[in-house]
Amino acid sequence: MDLALVVAFQVIYSIALLVLISAGLAVVFGMMRVINLAHGEFMMVGGYATIVAVGAGVNIYVAMLIVAPLTVGILGLVIERLVIRFLYGRLVDTMLATWGLSLLLIGLATLIFGNTTTGISVPIEGFPIGAYQVNGYNLFVIVVTAVMVVAIYAVLSGTRWGLIARGTMQRSDMASALGYSPDRIYMLTFFAGSALTGLAGGVLAPLVGLVPTSGTQYIAKAFITVISGGASVIAGLLSSATLFGLVSQIFTFSVNSMVGEIALLIAAVILLRLLPQGITGRFFRGSM
Amino acid sequence: MGEFRHAATVIAIAFVAMLIGPSLLDTYTLTVLIIYGLLALSLGLIWGFGGILCFGQAAFFGLGAYAYAIAAINVGESTVPFLLGIAVPAAFAFVLGAMMFYGRLSDVYLGVITLVVTLILFKFVNSTAGPEYVIGTARLGGFNGVPGFQTLNVPGYPNWYIYDRSFYYFCAVTLLVVYALMRWLIASPFGRIAVAIRENEQRVELMGYDVRFRKTVLFAIGGAIAGLAGTLFASWAEIVTPGLFSLAQSAEVIVWCIVGGLGTLTGPVIGAMILAFLKFLLGQQGQFDSTLILGLILVLSVLFLPRGVVPSIDLLRKRAGLSGRRTAPGRRRRRARSMADV
Amino acid sequence: MTIDRRTFLAAGSATMLGSLAMPAIVGRALAADTLKIGSLLDTSGIFDAYGKPMDMALQLAVDQINAGGGLNGQQVEIVSYDTQSDMALYTQYAQKLVRQDKVDVVHGGILSASREAIRQTLHKANILYFYNVLYEGGVCDRNICIDGVTPAQQVEVLMPAAIKKWGKKIYILAADYNYGQITARWMKKYGEDAGGEVIQTDFFPLDVSDFGATIAKIQTAAPDIVVCALVGGPHMSFFRQWAAAGMKSKIPMASTTLGVGNEHKVLTAEEGNGIVVAYNYSPELDSPVNAAFLKAWGDKFGDTSLIHEIAVSHYQGLLLWAQAVKNAGSAERMKVIEAIEGGLSIDGPAGKVSVDPKTHHAILDVHLMEFENQTMKVLESFSQRQPVDTQAVCDLVANPDDNQQYEIKI
Repeated sequence: MDLALVVAFQVIYSIALLVLISAGLAVVFGMMRVINLAHGEFMMVGGYATIVAVGAGVNIYVAMLIVAPLTVGILGLVIERLVIRFLYGRLVDTMLATWGLSLLLIGLATLIFGNTTTGISVPIEGFPIGAYQVNGYNLFVIVVTAVMVVAIYAVLSGTRWGLIARGTMQRSDMASALGYSPDRIYMLTFFAGSALTGLAGGVLAPLVGLVPTSGTQYIAKAFITVISGGASVIAGLLSSATLFGLVSQIFTFSVNSMVGEIALLIAAVILLRLLPQGITGRFFRGSM
Repeated sequence: MGEFRHAATVIAIAFVAMLIGPSLLDTYTLTVLIIYGLLALSLGLIWGFGGILCFGQAAFFGLGAYAYAIAAINVGESTVPFLLGIAVPAAFAFVLGAMMFYGRLSDVYLGVITLVVTLILFKFVNSTAGPEYVIGTARLGGFNGVPGFQTLNVPGYPNWYIYDRSFYYFCAVTLLVVYALMRWLIASPFGRIAVAIRENEQRVELMGYDVRFRKTVLFAIGGAIAGLAGTLFASWAEIVTPGLFSLAQSAEVIVWCIVGGLGTLTGPVIGAMILAFLKFLLGQQGQFDSTLILGLILVLSVLFLPRGVVPSIDLLRKRAGLSGRRTAPGRRRRRARSMADV
Repeated sequence: MTIDRRTFLAAGSATMLGSLAMPAIVGRALAADTLKIGSLLDTSGIFDAYGKPMDMALQLAVDQINAGGGLNGQQVEIVSYDTQSDMALYTQYAQKLVRQDKVDVVHGGILSASREAIRQTLHKANILYFYNVLYEGGVCDRNICIDGVTPAQQVEVLMPAAIKKWGKKIYILAADYNYGQITARWMKKYGEDAGGEVIQTDFFPLDVSDFGATIAKIQTAAPDIVVCALVGGPHMSFFRQWAAAGMKSKIPMASTTLGVGNEHKVLTAEEGNGIVVAYNYSPELDSPVNAAFLKAWGDKFGDTSLIHEIAVSHYQGLLLWAQAVKNAGSAERMKVIEAIEGGLSIDGPAGKVSVDPKTHHAILDVHLMEFENQTMKVLESFSQRQPVDTQAVCDLVANPDDNQQYEIKI
């Protein structure tokens, strides 16, 4: 019984992790049809921002939840102005340019922080479930992710800005005619997406040893999760993360972590072969 | 016959360059530049002429290298392994391509699948360090890679290694032969239709061609060439490691094609050689991080040179020739409009 | 036959433009005015925590050799390449050392994967190779000299101590490559010899950094001890996550690799305290040679906290080579090999190190230690241990042409 709870906890955690690392990419892709291949490096920057801030004496929660998103958000803003805005509507070109950016960011991070593993300690104690000890920080990750998803939903469906943004994404000409500048909306959306990515990087910083190339281990997973989810930002993200999290954890527990990872990837291939438009291309259509 | 003359000129120039090369740079480095050129050519073919953006060209490269290495350990002579190093990735590409193209996957989804397949191969090979992963007498080795296999030898004579300078010439001639074959392929009806598919898939389909099959075959040819490059690489490096399957390797191939110029065959090859050489120089002096420079080059070339180096040069040359005509290429979608200026 | 490779002429290559080919001459410039040490170390990438101090140890050793008048009157210079934690770069740079730089000896390689990547290249090229890192044992090759600790020296000390201290049920975690695979087998053997029982062994690829599921699985198995041979930066996350789950106080831990890259100084005291290890060196060792070494390091680099097990091992490897060159009166390969086999011994920071002529492995002291507030406290010392694992399979005196890594059947 305790074991079942622990397994369930791990499964929920791994789903939350997938949602967390993919959210920024999902927003940017779902809203703007831009695939940001520097996504992983944005997370890496968020991680470094957190570690540097903690090193400078900032409270760790402030560093993770405020400093990291802001830093990466601003970075995203700069990149959007300098590079991405020239490439809207050219999916492949944006992918290539952001790929270049990812290399650039890795290079810069190496220059600044050196190609060495750094990290900070986890700020939360473990707690027992029955006879088992579980990582308390994992619970924190789950909570942060849940709050984040609710917040994205609330902003998109409940606020005026969300309405305008969604309208602009559907008919930018119409939005423009109504007096809203698509250029500015795109810019803000990219900022929001980047900030979410920074949040993910900050929250994960205590869990992993950070190196400048850390981002590369996330990008593939995030990319797969978002594309498999399909066009709808939240429904797509949640459905594909649930599927992949479940598959990978089941195999991780029954065999080992490597088989779990491979199972996730194979699930993605099968899924895309059967549903070439992603999950929300077939199910939950029209949802957000 | 302008095309034929063009191809002949390219081959003649390349041949001379091949002979001069060793006096400028050590053959060990030159050889790997040529191998990378061949790898770039494989993607340049399927992407530039078939419109198939493959994020996993490294999968075929690595598969070729591993197929060669494992077969070479078992056989102890390089002829059969060499052929296997081409056939295995070609077959793999054919199956993968069939799965994707008959499923009508395109664009981004195609990219994701090829990327995922590369990752699967990487993760699998990387986790085969245990003694239970054996093919014949060859251990897969996981992270260790497979060292100590028979390198390329003269067919039938296992002790006559094709080594150092002869290996360099072997690779260079291979590249030229492949280039000539691909020029011929593109000029053939098969190639013409491939380009037509790239331009408008639906229209070609309505004309009665089996688009899915043609794309699959083209993809398999690309896989075979990448596998050939992998085979040569294995012989050059004398070790194969899971790193061959890495995303970084795939990414690099794409960068080479972009910078060199899509829609041409020489573009990717030249892009690969220049960038790989640059990386090698930067890696040696260690002052600047080579990743940083490569990233910068990629971003700048997407923004300012969206057609790549070789087509841009061609364009300049043409414009100089036709000074009366006003041309404003501006920022166009990357896609070669004509294949005459390869 | 390696001779054929180098003397291969145009005969068979007529079909492939061989007539233009020249025979590749791979050899070394002998009797140059300086001796060249080729160095291949990961001074960047995920293994840089190991490689950087090793590189410093190399510089220190060479400085000291040159300050002392060089070897047989010849100064020593370093030709080094950063292999960036990429195994493919090892063979490429090894080729460069062989073909272009024509070095007299190569010191380097950190992971066992990197050693196996270059060992054959150097063997073929007849360039002497020193591998100075603790490893899984079994390499039998007259062209190599290894002064790192092997399982019979380390694991045989570690397992009984851990079992005696904590109990019989053992859970093994190891890195998924040749070192981890083979070391895990030794752990099982010596664990069972000491009356223990291995209930589970898990292997992790070197880029894994999420151990949540593993930690849950370990708890399900409820072992008395966790023994790990985890390697590199990403794997260090395990110890953080282990501590974060509150497991630190529940299940004790022993390791054959933790601390080798100064992990005990990167982890906090709470994360590290109580973990038991066994190595050849600890900075706390009280000997005049160690004191002098620490002072020289401090004078050159300022910070002695970077010194770790394999940096000292690397330093001692260089001293061994230098001593062998002096004994031989020449840096020529065969003469140095004969010197290695003729009773070579030095006094290093970690005590006396001598080379076993039959295996080209080192006989050295091993200390059982415990992490305490980011230092290693010596619990017990074992003097002059033989590499009996490798001795069981390898006899280079009887079979000088042997060239392989034995995977010792256990």
